[in-house]
Amino acid sequence: MQEMVALTGNEAAALAFKQIEPDVVAAYPITPQTELMHDVAGFVHDGEMRTEFITVESEHSAMSACIGAAAAGARTMTATSGQGLALMWEMLYIAASYRLPIVMANVNRALSGPINIHCDHSDSMGARDTGWIQLFCENPQEIYDSIIQAIRIAEDKRVQLPLMVCYDGFIISHTMQPLKVLDKETVQKFVGKRQPEFSLLNVEKPFSLGALDLPPYYYEHKRPQVEAMKNALDVVLAVAKEYESLSGRRYGYFEEYRTEDAELLLVGLGSFTGTAAEAVDIARNEGIRAGLLKLRLFRPLPKEALSQALKKTKAACVYDRALSFGLGGPLAHELRSVAYETGLKVPIASAIYGLGGRDITEHDIAAHIRKLWNDYKKDSIKMETEFLNLCE
Amino acid sequence: MEGRKIKKRMVEIVWHARGGQGAKTAAQMAAHVALAEGKFAQGFPEYGPERMGAPTRGYTRISEGEIRVHCAITAPDVVVVLDETLVGNVPMTEGVTEETIFIVNSRKSPKEIKEALGVKKNRVYVIDATGIAIDELGRSIPNVPMMGALVRATGILGLDGFKEDVRKKFGKKFGEKIVAGNIRALERAYTEVKEG
Repeated sequence: MQEMVALTGNEAAALAFKQIEPDVVAAYPITPQTELMHDVAGFVHDGEMRTEFITVESEHSAMSACIGAAAAGARTMTATSGQGLALMWEMLYIAASYRLPIVMANVNRALSGPINIHCDHSDSMGARDTGWIQLFCENPQEIYDSIIQAIRIAEDKRVQLPLMVCYDGFIISHTMQPLKVLDKETVQKFVGKRQPEFSLLNVEKPFSLGALDLPPYYYEHKRPQVEAMKNALDVVLAVAKEYESLSGRRYGYFEEYRTEDAELLLVGLGSFTGTAAEAVDIARNEGIRAGLLKLRLFRPLPKEALSQALKKTKAACVYDRALSFGLGGPLAHELRSVAYETGLKVPIASAIYGLGGRDITEHDIAAHIRKLWNDYKKDSIKMETEFLNLCE
Repeated sequence: MEGRKIKKRMVEIVWHARGGQGAKTAAQMAAHVALAEGKFAQGFPEYGPERMGAPTRGYTRISEGEIRVHCAITAPDVVVVLDETLVGNVPMTEGVTEETIFIVNSRKSPKEIKEALGVKKNRVYVIDATGIAIDELGRSIPNVPMMGALVRATGILGLDGFKEDVRKKFGKKFGEKIVAGNIRALERAYTEVKEG
């Protein structure tokens, strides 16, 4: 039996934390993640969550504490945003290379400078090569469901990698919306107990972690991380399927909207995709054959499935809420790379939007779709990076 | 006396207030009541540098169907102003049509507020929400009485829904006295709101 509740994105994440009830949470507060950790700290204080809550002096320490706890065998969770993720930097790589299934909520926030507390994806994008799995969510429902699934994906024997569940700061973290939630018992049954093959507290099976790894071995220790990421592709789907049988809600690598006969495919991440779905409807009413692909799994990038989706369309535009300076939109370039690798000739345009929380409405997106459609009709989709809603 | 009803699939409300007056609580409270009535809703604040007294905004969407957009409201159906001193000082009429309803916390007449807003054909409602809040709650937090005015002016939500929400939210935390004060504030605002 599921209950309908009204929660903000942060509250939905906090509820998932509470129902998972990990052994350890180590975190440092940062806007816009703060309310999530306020709630979790409150649950622990009130005895509603039997979790060791470690307050630390920085995000670097938060991730260090998580690494220690996860290596000891504890189910470990944390959350951060923007600058906090940046400060975790070196520890992110360590968590991934030690194969520690830490689950972290990353409430997307722009990186300084100039200082800004609002949403963009530069924090997640900067961490894309750290070896963490990344799931992006559109709304509180997806946040709640994805955090619960994240435990199973990360801890799966074939994967054993840390995972960050990303959602848009303020736009989603602070917006109250309805969602359906499971009861704690069901969630507990679904996530089960963590059963690490190796843990530092298991004296029966001692092992060493964090040893110096010089040229004869370091390279070999990177290779299994590649395999683990590949395995995650299967595990993400398997876990989603099992979760669907509990919740009735379907998840996969991505979600498609009106793509059956689409000739122009929009691709994006996070809250943008909800607004873009509305824009697709506006464009469809004008006879424009637009469709939308909401990407959920960003790392590992589901190349084969994305290639299948791109194959169905005649042109595409990828919307990035981040910039790789000197290159352009990171996701756009990855999609172009997927098209190239799989021999597709589909032109893929690239648009940047929403940096530092700049708002984008369904009408802004619809106007851009009209422009793309005109270009497409003239067979001249532009390859240069565009900047939407920028005053210049 | 029954209020008038907005008939639209999705109603968008913008709340103007100063930091500390409860624009966020108001935006989320309206969303909460809508959800309890079986509708779809979003409630969210506009975040700037948060400080007491600075102009803030809240947003509420109430819809018969699922809400997919995740952006600020640029063409509101209803504009609620919790602090009269904001009128004329922050943009409130951008994106509005002649159908947009204004509800302002003020002791002035609807006619005076209409002039201050610079609108001619719109329905404008005034309510002394601060006075009611001081009388009934002993504090000048006008957001709850503004809900009573909202119900009367728009008919999009029921007064009973707000009463129930007040009971749930304040009952455990603050006790029966505060609940009773808030309910009186809701009822008084519903009755005392003036249309112009």
